Amino acid sequence: MQAEAALGRIGLWFALMFLAIVAIVAAKDSGFAAHATIVAAVAFLLVLVSAARFDPLSSGRSFFRMPDGPDKYDDDPVRWGVLATTFWGMAGFLAGLFIALQMAFPQLNIEPWFNFGRLRPLHTSAVIFAFGGNALIATSFYIVQRTCRTQLAFPSLARFVFWGYQMFILLAATGYLLGITQSKEYAEPEWYVDLWLTIVWVAYFIVFMGTIVKRKEPHIYVANWFFLAFIVTVAMLHIVNNLAVPVSLLGAKSYGVWSGVQDALTQWWYGHNAVGFFLTAGFLAMMYYFVPKQAERPVYSYRLSIIHFWSLIFLYIWAGPHHLHYTALPDWAQTLGMVFSIILWMPSWGGMINGLMTLNGAWDKIRTDPIIRMMVMALAFYGMSTFEGPMLSIKAVNSLSHYTDWTIGHVHSGALGWNGMITFAALYFLVPRLWKRERMYSLRMINWHFWLATLGIVFYAASMWVAGVTQGLMWREYGPDGYLIWSFADTMDAMFPMYVARAFGGLLYLSGAIIMTYNIAMTLAGRLRDEAPMTETPHDAQADRPLPAAVPAAVPAE
Amino acid sequence: MSVYETLRHFADSWFLLVMFLLFLTFCLWPFRPGAKDHNQAAANSIFEGQDDGE
Repeated sequence: MQAEAALGRIGLWFALMFLAIVAIVAAKDSGFAAHATIVAAVAFLLVLVSAARFDPLSSGRSFFRMPDGPDKYDDDPVRWGVLATTFWGMAGFLAGLFIALQMAFPQLNIEPWFNFGRLRPLHTSAVIFAFGGNALIATSFYIVQRTCRTQLAFPSLARFVFWGYQMFILLAATGYLLGITQSKEYAEPEWYVDLWLTIVWVAYFIVFMGTIVKRKEPHIYVANWFFLAFIVTVAMLHIVNNLAVPVSLLGAKSYGVWSGVQDALTQWWYGHNAVGFFLTAGFLAMMYYFVPKQAERPVYSYRLSIIHFWSLIFLYIWAGPHHLHYTALPDWAQTLGMVFSIILWMPSWGGMINGLMTLNGAWDKIRTDPIIRMMVMALAFYGMSTFEGPMLSIKAVNSLSHYTDWTIGHVHSGALGWNGMITFAALYFLVPRLWKRERMYSLRMINWHFWLATLGIVFYAASMWVAGVTQGLMWREYGPDGYLIWSFADTMDAMFPMYVARAFGGLLYLSGAIIMTYNIAMTLAGRLRDEAPMTETPHDAQADRPLPAAVPAAVPAE
Repeated sequence: MSVYETLRHFADSWFLLVMFLLFLTFCLWPFRPGAKDHNQAAANSIFEGQDDGE
């Protein structure tokens, strides 16, 4: 029985490898052939793994570490997710630093694979989908099991979700370097990679929903609502925005079914809700679980968290048109996008206040607990970028800020400050628990990470504000004769010091992440750093005694 | 009227009203009488049990 199953598996992977080799030979373009080669290599690797790990005496499940019984949480996919988050974070931050340097020093554009145009989607996808996506998969699998008090449903499907998602990242990332793109921002992968992601995502939904259905806890904790909204909405956005007809079933190129302004609106309906549901709803789910857990206090107001949830669900989906101010999009649609963006400010701040006030009565932990410190900074940046966003969506402001680096600064205060910080905090929370360690290797290193990251964001956001406003003002400046005063090259020249400052901020942020990686590696190795604690309440034995009996005043001698 | 116009008028009248009422219902639901204990229990549910690491 065992042998048949193992042979069947090997046969399946071999058949897949064979199909991939056929695809290499018949491919219409080199990019598709390269991707088919990757698929063939992965299939070959799986043939080897299936054959080598086959042991008739064991359960034959060692490679994918299937859970032994239902009495323990299924945490192996969570552990892999934590490691993948750390790895892809480093890759994505490094790519970001490199393209920031390319902006300041264009000589670094190495044709054709490492020029800005190809590395930029590599950076955005690596940080959003690889770093953020793995963090979301890992934390959602961790949280849904704890809050439902039950093991993850469909363990084999959960493993498929994790490894299938890595395959998606691999195909997307290599595709960018090879120049395979459908030119939609944050949705660059071509049709076959989109189809693969759809399959993985449906599996993710089934695992998550299945776990909720078999829960032992009557109430579904609010974090799971946010995760579910994230999974369902991203599926919808991904499918609608990526509807496309491939030129050939053996070629990388496809044409979208939308065209013109409909295409633009669909793209930014997708793009903004990727921010709203991938980078906001999903990470708010982390916030609503990890902040109360780390503070050891229930969320400030459960009611407010529910209002926060429904407001995001009902409002976010309409905000996308603010990306298309002053374009061919009908004016009413632009105004609609602006109005909904401004309305979104309040529920976002409601959520920020809810998270911060969870620390009510435990504010001293900011002084002593660097993980809480990161969470507070994440919430502060959530509040800051959800104020800046509505402000930038106002048409008058947008006429200055649009197409300038102000937008880039806004995105990074959200991404580095909110998504990055809350993910780092979640990783520091998870690692000791998942690997059964007393604590992280070093708490002081977490503190270093906190300050490096914070300072990095300050450099990034401040330089981009200056750069953006400068650009916006230079682009719109007319002379008395009615001609524009500055050429585009002049504005590029003026950006140089700001671009260097931005790259320096990125370097600080990356340095913080390197410290985190070292800290996690040492924790996994089972080491504890011998260090002074973050706070001390010293005991003075001399002072710790009752007052001495009063000595009667000396009577002067007669 | 074209299908587009019919749907468009339906969307910005009746369906808009339906969505707004649904939104209000969902937001006011946790404020219904007697929900206070339920909310407290839900907020504290994450602290039950030795759920770390296993």
